[in-house]
Amino acid sequence: MPATFLLALTLNAGYNAALVAVGAALLGIAAGSAGAFLFLRKRALVSDAVAHATLPGIGIAFIVMVLLGGDGRNLFGLMVGSAVSAGLGLLLVDWISRRTRLAEDAAIGAVLSVFFGFGIVLLTVIQTMSRGQQAGLESFLLGSTAGMLMQDAVVVAAGGALAVAAVVLLRRPMTLVAFDPDFALASGIPVRRVDLAMMGLVMGVTVIGLKLVGLILIVAMLIIPAVTARFWTDRTDRVVLAAGALGGVAAYVGAALSASAPNLPTGPIIVVVAFAAFLVSLLFAPGRGVLASALRRRRFKLRVHRRQGLLALAHGEPILDQLTLAVLRREGLIREDGVATEEGRALAAKALRDERRWQVARTIYQDEAISGRYDVLTAIETVLTRDQIAAIDARIGGPALVAGGA
Amino acid sequence: MDEAFVALSLPPILIGMFAAIACALPGNFLILRRQALIGDAISHVVLPGIVVAFLVTGAVTTWPMMIGAAGAAVVAVVLIEAIKRLGRIEPGAAMGVTFTSLFAFGVLLLEQSDTSSVHLDVEHALYGNLESLIWLSAEGWGSLLDPVALAELPPELGRMGAVALLMVLLTLVFWRPLKLATFDEGFANTLGIPTVTLGIGLVIAAAVAAVAAFDAVGSIIVIAMFICPPAAARLMTNRLEIQMLWSVAFAVLSALLGYVLAGYGPLWLGGENAVSAAGMIATVAGILLGLACLFAPHRARIGAPRDAVG
Repeated sequence: MPATFLLALTLNAGYNAALVAVGAALLGIAAGSAGAFLFLRKRALVSDAVAHATLPGIGIAFIVMVLLGGDGRNLFGLMVGSAVSAGLGLLLVDWISRRTRLAEDAAIGAVLSVFFGFGIVLLTVIQTMSRGQQAGLESFLLGSTAGMLMQDAVVVAAGGALAVAAVVLLRRPMTLVAFDPDFALASGIPVRRVDLAMMGLVMGVTVIGLKLVGLILIVAMLIIPAVTARFWTDRTDRVVLAAGALGGVAAYVGAALSASAPNLPTGPIIVVVAFAAFLVSLLFAPGRGVLASALRRRRFKLRVHRRQGLLALAHGEPILDQLTLAVLRREGLIREDGVATEEGRALAAKALRDERRWQVARTIYQDEAISGRYDVLTAIETVLTRDQIAAIDARIGGPALVAGGA
Repeated sequence: MDEAFVALSLPPILIGMFAAIACALPGNFLILRRQALIGDAISHVVLPGIVVAFLVTGAVTTWPMMIGAAGAAVVAVVLIEAIKRLGRIEPGAAMGVTFTSLFAFGVLLLEQSDTSSVHLDVEHALYGNLESLIWLSAEGWGSLLDPVALAELPPELGRMGAVALLMVLLTLVFWRPLKLATFDEGFANTLGIPTVTLGIGLVIAAAVAAVAAFDAVGSIIVIAMFICPPAAARLMTNRLEIQMLWSVAFAVLSALLGYVLAGYGPLWLGGENAVSAAGMIATVAGILLGLACLFAPHRARIGAPRDAVG
């Protein structure tokens, strides 16, 4: 299997696998970057409603095409049908959450369950239709890449490229609207239209992805890369780029994995790969990751203990806390028996002096900008200018020596 | 006709109604707390739960599956909370990441394991098999009084009825604290109501309803019933007591009408085969909600800008 995986990864595992991998990668890029805006707009789950709302469109398109005497499984026709019903679902979510007092999450849930339910009704109707090869519409639930045709792959690839182009074109207004809709509105940006365009983009990605990953899991391709990317950067353009890249890589690797072993359907495996990337980011990303914030908290705690220990030394109070003692000992500020070293005394004097300076500073400057910064840890030099500190020192006198400690 | 109705239609209709009521009751609170999509998330993660239960026990039996599903629901809720807190991710996105991933995991497990010998597939999980829950030993309305025939009722009926009853009881017992905590969490806190525990309890109750209903009727009804009847009821009144009653009424009506339309509708239209009852029940619930959105007395948001109302 690893050998097949490598073959698939280098597009050498056969024509169909290569087709699927390239199509999946393009779709992943489009979904990741479009989803990033949706996520920043805090409307990630609207995509869930859109995705589920495609089902009745697929059913109706199939029925219409069969009644017209055509091939019911024509991918393009099914995509048009699903786009129409997804668009309708989208407008309904928008309408319900704006015109009634129901919240958007209720509107999303209502649209997704009702459209999906109606879609299933249509699927059972199709199952009993006498004409047309009905088999295979269920594959749109979970996606299926087995026996994907060249023309299907071209449709997916072209759609993915179009979606990426739309993201590039609309990135500025979408960024503004995602961050501050009120400001965007005041700057003359048609917020509602941009919102609808954003949703249209999501709808496009959903429709393109139906064949490949299925309507239930396309939601994951929109949301997971964006959330993952958010862990690594605070800049919008980078979130969008990273989400696109992550989506593309996850889809490509997933498609390759799926080609390398039996019974590994493409959609779910892509989602699992993306989720693995998410987990790694959640745990290890610098800044927002769990590990990083645990380390940060630990460092902060040590700083507090160090500072309190120094102040205790300065006041000549005994230190009882084990962690404080350990911190001071490790830095060579106290000896094994708890007596302050030369360096410890000097730093303690400095800490005490800073504390005094702060006391005075807080009586002089009573505005939040300065006294609000007092948290025992912030060095006063980072808040006040040298002249201001000199003025304070003039009031409290010169440095005083600290006694030898306990 | 009576015999056929009692044997073939009565049990599924009752099961559908009980499922609808069991989901709609907690749904009222979920809607008001802006947690409407919890039901959606739970019903997606039920799949990996039952697949794992199947892999562990090697058989499709009810109780292990229910336990597996409930376990998966708990895992999902914990995971959503963890992602929200640890990663500072907005709730919707945290939910989206969690339930899609768990669902994908469930599908992969299902595909990898040998389930060809048993009736376990994704479609079944989605639509359920309401139509097949029939009462073969019924011979007419008289069988309702016949203990021998009653013992042959589909077990889902008893289970679903019990869960619906449990939801009614829970709603009555926790009515006051739930109502307070839902409308004014701060005030409820000052009264000493453990709002966090209550919130978790509500989600667990919803999960129990979802898992039980899922077993009988599939996840699509679960999602629809968590949201549509309470949402429609919310537009009918400003009082929570009345809203609960409306939601139960809408839920029962959806189940009844949906089942009848699915079973007999196609015949009236000249078709020959029934359509999916689960799908039709969800559709009817949606139509009721649509009507409520258009005509219900309290549909508008108070203080909404004019262009949003008109």
